Formats: sequence, structure tokens, C-alpha cells
Amino acid sequence: MSGTVIMIEIALVAVIAGAVFGVIIALGRMSKNKIANAICWFYVWFFRGTPLLLQLFMIYFMIPIMYHDMTGGTLTIDPLFCAFVAFSLNSTAYMSEIIRAAIESIDHGQMEAAKALGMNHAQAMTKIIIPQTFKRLVAPLGNELIMLLKDTSLVSTIALYDVLRASKTMASSTGNWVYYLYAAAIYLFLTTVLQIIFDKLEERFGAYEKR
Amino acid sequence: MTQNLKKDPSQVMVRVKGIKKNFGDLEVLKGVDFQVTKGEVVCIIGPSGSGKSTLLRCLNQLERITEGEIYIEEELMDKRVDDKTVNHIDAKRLQALRCDLGMVFQNFNLFPHLKVIDNLTIAPITVKKADKDTITQKGLELLDMVGLKDRADEYPVRLSGGQQQRVAIARALAMDPKIMLFDEPTSALDPELVGEVLNTMKELADEGMTMIIVTHEIGFAREVADRVIFMADGVICEMGTPEQVIDNPQGERTKSFLSKIE
Repeated sequence: MSGTVIMIEIALVAVIAGAVFGVIIALGRMSKNKIANAICWFYVWFFRGTPLLLQLFMIYFMIPIMYHDMTGGTLTIDPLFCAFVAFSLNSTAYMSEIIRAAIESIDHGQMEAAKALGMNHAQAMTKIIIPQTFKRLVAPLGNELIMLLKDTSLVSTIALYDVLRASKTMASSTGNWVYYLYAAAIYLFLTTVLQIIFDKLEERFGAYEKR
Repeated sequence: MTQNLKKDPSQVMVRVKGIKKNFGDLEVLKGVDFQVTKGEVVCIIGPSGSGKSTLLRCLNQLERITEGEIYIEEELMDKRVDDKTVNHIDAKRLQALRCDLGMVFQNFNLFPHLKVIDNLTIAPITVKKADKDTITQKGLELLDMVGLKDRADEYPVRLSGGQQQRVAIARALAMDPKIMLFDEPTSALDPELVGEVLNTMKELADEGMTMIIVTHEIGFAREVADRVIFMADGVICEMGTPEQVIDNPQGERTKSFLSKIE
């Protein structure tokens, strides 16, 4: 089932890119630097405010047309690469808000204590504040990953064979309805695995809260 | 009395000159001057909102003063006029000076994700690049001093408030501060836990640590302080030995405050 592989690939790339760039955008949103703040605000505003499907179309269809209008040449982008980019950009916007909320939920006294012990802002963030957000991040991150995984069905619109498209093709060519249940089973299997993993992670990161 | 040998009135540890602090339109500190010498224990008392905590937080730069000068061991740490820094000192030097000031907070502010021993060692390792084994050894000695060596591998949440505050004191000491600042260290504690924290502080005072303590524990101030400062409305109203300020207050504000609290 190459469709399943594509689905997992896209979700994994997007969640990793989203976590890395999400931290950067989140820090930008909290920064006192007005320009950084404005850029990050605009980023989240755009990518959270438009449908993922539109973002996918913009990268796969719009950019080649723009390229043709401006240079007269033709540009073909690999659809899988487009999917990686679109899903990463989109998940970065959502993750940055999750991360920002988690950081801002940490008691202000933690930063003060770290500073009173001589740490600078970056040291306090990396050693004290961010590690405390892990537990609070697990649940919303798990949510985000499950959404991403299901949203990968959108890539069928840009010439990629994912699970959903494959089962639809199989069902209509054979006339057998059971292929739709196969698709549901694959999604459910993957999301269940994720749920179990994230429950374990939450328990682990929250170990220090057990009395 | 060995502690007297460690006191040195000629060596000024902290000196503040004309400190003012505004939060927007609110004037919290309206010009405060005082100095603290080596080994001295100074207790700051006064009604809430009088600027005691703000003063302490200005000393270690958690708040920037609006105006005035702060010297640590007669070295200029901060000089500001009109909310602007006048003398820019090297950022590294500023951080080093901040490390000379240990701080203990009302709400302990232990790092909940780190074990007790790691709470003590994280700052020395991160800031001073201390060797892990050496600093862990020292951390255990400090925990022993505050009577909590056997809790080194616990997470803070499993400790009582009094124990947490003793860990917080040990954590500040792990940075080898020259001056310890205490911001109402017993105010968040259940009454029966106050004593153990005060005892730890007393031991520290006996060892000759220079201490500035914002407190409501008048009895403790009388017993331990070399000098008591009474603050109200952002100014120092009265300053002197505990006998002078607590037992024979001169100012009306001091008298009325003490009559309410005791």
C-alpha cells in the first residue's frame, strides 16, 4: 500500500518541520521586536486563515502559472514535494500557536527564578521554561498529528495516490464497497497507534507531577 | 562568637543611592538610600504596597529602576536617570554581579521538572560551566546543611512548603552569592512550617552571610537583624537597630504599623 506510506511520510515531515519552525514562529510572536512579531503574526494569520487545500493548490498550480506568466518558461514541481511544503507550512502555523500557549502558561516565577540565578533569557528558555511545556504540548500535538494524518487525503487532488484515492479507484473499478472499509481501517489503525504513543509520552513527561 | 569575626562594617556590600521606581504613573519607590555592610543582616518591614519587595527586586535587576544608582561591593551595577541607563556596563560583568546576589522568593519557584539536586546544580552548570561531579557534591553538602540531603532525588512537588523553601535557599547558595535577598520567604507557608525556614536563615546569618530580608516576622527581625528598616509609601521612614525601630519606634507610621502587627 504505497498510499499509506505517502500518508505517513507527509504527516511525519509536516509534524517535524512544524515543531521546529513552530518554535521559531512562537518565539517571534512573543518577541519584543516589532518586525519579528509582525512577520510571525502575518504568517499565522495567513496559514491558519486559509484552507489547507487552497495552500496546496497555490503551491502546485498557482506558482507554475505565475512562473509561466513572468518568464514564459514551464515549471513542474514534484507533487510529493508540494505536499511536504504545504503541509509543513500549515502545521507550522498551528504548532506555533500551540507552543506559544504552552510557554505562556508557565508560571512567570520560573523565569524570574532562572534570571535571579544568573541565567540569561536563552538559557532560562532552554533549560527551565521549554522543558516544562513538554507535558502540556503532548495532547495538542497528538491532536495536530492525527488531523494532519487525516488531512493527507487532500493530496489526491494534486495527482498523488493516497489511501483514500486508491480505495475509491479500487471500489469503482471492482464495484466492491469493502475497499472503503479498508481505508477506514487503515486510518483507524494509524490514529490508534498515535493515541497510544501520545498517552505514554504524556505520562512520561508528567512524571515529575506525581505526588 | 565567631560570627562577629566575619562581620566587617568597613566593607560595603550593597549601596543604593536615590532609587526611584515607577510603574507607569504609580510611584512605588520615591528615593531610597541605604547601604549594607559585610555580614550584616538587614530586615525590611512595612505595610504591603510600601515598596519593600520592589526594592529587593530592583537590587537584582528583576525590575529596572527608573532613577538612581546601585553599587555591589562599591562597583557600579546600574545607574539610571529618567528610565534610561546612563552608565552602560559590560553585559557579562552585569551577569556576574547578578550572580553575587542570591534570591529567595515568597513562592519558592523551584523548578518542578527537575529533581531537588538538579534544582541546585542547573544554574552553576549552565551559567558558570561548573563540573557536574564537583557541583553535585557541593549541592549535597548544601542540602545537608538545610537538613534535606535524603530528599535529593525527589521532585519538588513531593516536598512540603517549608522543605521547598529550604531547597530554594540551598539552590541560591549553590551559586556562591555574596549577598542573599529574601522576599517574604515565609509568607506562603503554613504557620507550623515557618519555624524550620527561619531556623535555616538564622544558621545562615550565624555563618556570616550578608542578608537583606523582607519579612512580616517581627519576632525574627528582632532576634536576627543587625538593622531594621521600616518602609512606607515608597520611602524609608525609620532605620536602626531592632531595639530602636521595633521596641522604641519614633515615627507615627512605625508605631501604628507595629501596634497592628503584634
